[in-house]
Amino acid sequence: MAKIELQKLVKEYGKTRAVHGIDLTIEDGEFVVFVGPSGCGKSTTLRMIAGLEDISGGNLLIGGDVVNQREPKQRNIAMVFQNYAIYPHMTVGQNIGFGLYTSKLSKAEKRKRIEETGKILGLEKLLDRRPAALSGGQRQRVAIGRAMVRDPAAFLFDEPLSNLDAQLRAQMRLEIKNLHRRLGTTIVYVTHDQVEAMTMADKIVVMRDGNILQVGTPTDLYENPVDVFTARFIGSPSMNMAEGTIAGGALSIEGAGTSGLNLPTHDGKVLVGVRPHDLVVGEFGGAGLSASGTVEAVEPLGSETLVHLTLGKAQVIATAPGRVVPQIGSTVSVHAGTGSLYLFDAVSEKALGRA
Amino acid sequence: MTVTSTELKANSRDIRPGRIIAWTLLLIGGLIMITPLLFMFSTSLKTSGQVYDLRLIPAAPTFDNYIKVLGDGRFMQWFLNSTIIAVTVTISNVFFDSLVGYTLAKFEFRGRYFIFLAILSTLMIPTEMLVIPWYLMSSQLGWLNSYWGIMFPGMMTAFGTFLMKQFFEGVPNDFLEAARVDGLNEFTIWWKIAMPMVVPAISALAIFTFLGNWTAFFWPLIVTTSKELYTLPVGISSFSAEASIQWELIMTGAAIGTIPTLLVFLLLQRYIVRGVMLAGLKG
Repeated sequence: MAKIELQKLVKEYGKTRAVHGIDLTIEDGEFVVFVGPSGCGKSTTLRMIAGLEDISGGNLLIGGDVVNQREPKQRNIAMVFQNYAIYPHMTVGQNIGFGLYTSKLSKAEKRKRIEETGKILGLEKLLDRRPAALSGGQRQRVAIGRAMVRDPAAFLFDEPLSNLDAQLRAQMRLEIKNLHRRLGTTIVYVTHDQVEAMTMADKIVVMRDGNILQVGTPTDLYENPVDVFTARFIGSPSMNMAEGTIAGGALSIEGAGTSGLNLPTHDGKVLVGVRPHDLVVGEFGGAGLSASGTVEAVEPLGSETLVHLTLGKAQVIATAPGRVVPQIGSTVSVHAGTGSLYLFDAVSEKALGRA
Repeated sequence: MTVTSTELKANSRDIRPGRIIAWTLLLIGGLIMITPLLFMFSTSLKTSGQVYDLRLIPAAPTFDNYIKVLGDGRFMQWFLNSTIIAVTVTISNVFFDSLVGYTLAKFEFRGRYFIFLAILSTLMIPTEMLVIPWYLMSSQLGWLNSYWGIMFPGMMTAFGTFLMKQFFEGVPNDFLEAARVDGLNEFTIWWKIAMPMVVPAISALAIFTFLGNWTAFFWPLIVTTSKELYTLPVGISSFSAEASIQWELIMTGAAIGTIPTLLVFLLLQRYIVRGVMLAGLKG
């Protein structure tokens, strides 16, 4: 169990700075997910925590101790890799037991731990098999087992589910979450998949270009994104964005009408965001945003239908109840109620508030 | 019996011209390769009077030559010498070539590329050019007429280093980093994780090195003067340098000499299979 602190942490490769002095505190037992697009520095940060990358500046503290100069093995952390990295020449039991290679436990004690770990992960009948004879999900479990068996202070996961198919990924998400609940060990998890971040994290860290943009609970990030990037990155499908202008206490958007909005004190150009699930197909008489546009494509999902529309210059996605599937090329009305519009400064792209 | 159209198609695919030419060429190649070996074995079963009777199957096959050669203490000594030298040099090559190849493939350090080029460039120098310096060195260091004298030039090779480096480059870093996080030191990572993943390359290197040293003739001939230290090829050739050429004994010695090479090949070739390494990665 350990608290992990990043203090002005910097990573430089020659003259290129990959991580720009980030600050973050990961509480003991917390499940923290780093999320962001490729090249945002999330994996580099994780590797610095693991000790696989040198730290160019700042401090890394695990359990209150500065560990910048410590070797990976001295940090008492375990890591699960994207490619699982389970050793093909060893059996499942040997792979899991390999986490204990340097431990001073007796053989019997090691065996006991391996069996217990295998049991927790549902691998008890596969301990004598080689990785080649396992499915993707089982291999992933072996990798987790190798990390678990050491009873480390923290687990680091580097995009562990990205090689699994959608169904297995959903299952493993749940398993990892349950495991965290059971073990209570600190987990730092890196992914580019915002669904993984939303479903698993206690706390999400959104990164971009080597900087932390926002830290918060999944609901926080969904409800109160600090900027356009986070707003669009969190939530699926992405938040719709359109240009608008606030003047004289009124918001105008090309191709849409607004009424009864409680606008922030700001004059000038803004970006108006609305989540696809808040932009609903149908006539509506109340306050908020209403518009009509041409249907470009429809994606029936069963419980609802995603409708791709052109509203003025903007391409947006709206939602229609499951049974309603508008014709492509037809014109439909959409609306979003008050409180569902997110306003951002057009230049800085920082959040101004909701309306 | 009726022939279905599928069977006809399958048959016509089997006997298309390209395939016939390929099989014919392979057959001819195979015959060319095996004929000297058959003659070697055949001659080993002949008496000295029958050696120039070029029939493949001897008129009166005899194992006398084998009894004579195996009963000759010198032959067994040469066989032992060759075994000691080939096995030692093979182990040394597998160890050192792998270690250097791994270091060059997996560690970032200043001058890495230059060192690799320097090692590779030694491949361009023919053995004949090196023999005199080797001899002078052996002579001054007192290595003439010793196992070490025979072995030292081949204890590590540029070819082996190059081969192992190329294979180690294919080992994903995740495996090594996982071991690093698990607390292994670098030497143990190389030995326990990286080496088992390049078993096909190790097998290939071991076969090449063993065969090369088992059949080595030129350098062992130069560096040894005592018959006690002759290797098998040098020893066998000494049969021809004696009063008259005893082809039947030479061929018998050669036939016995092929057994270890066959054994090594049969033992190791099954490890030369690809794809072992990727089994631990994403499925």
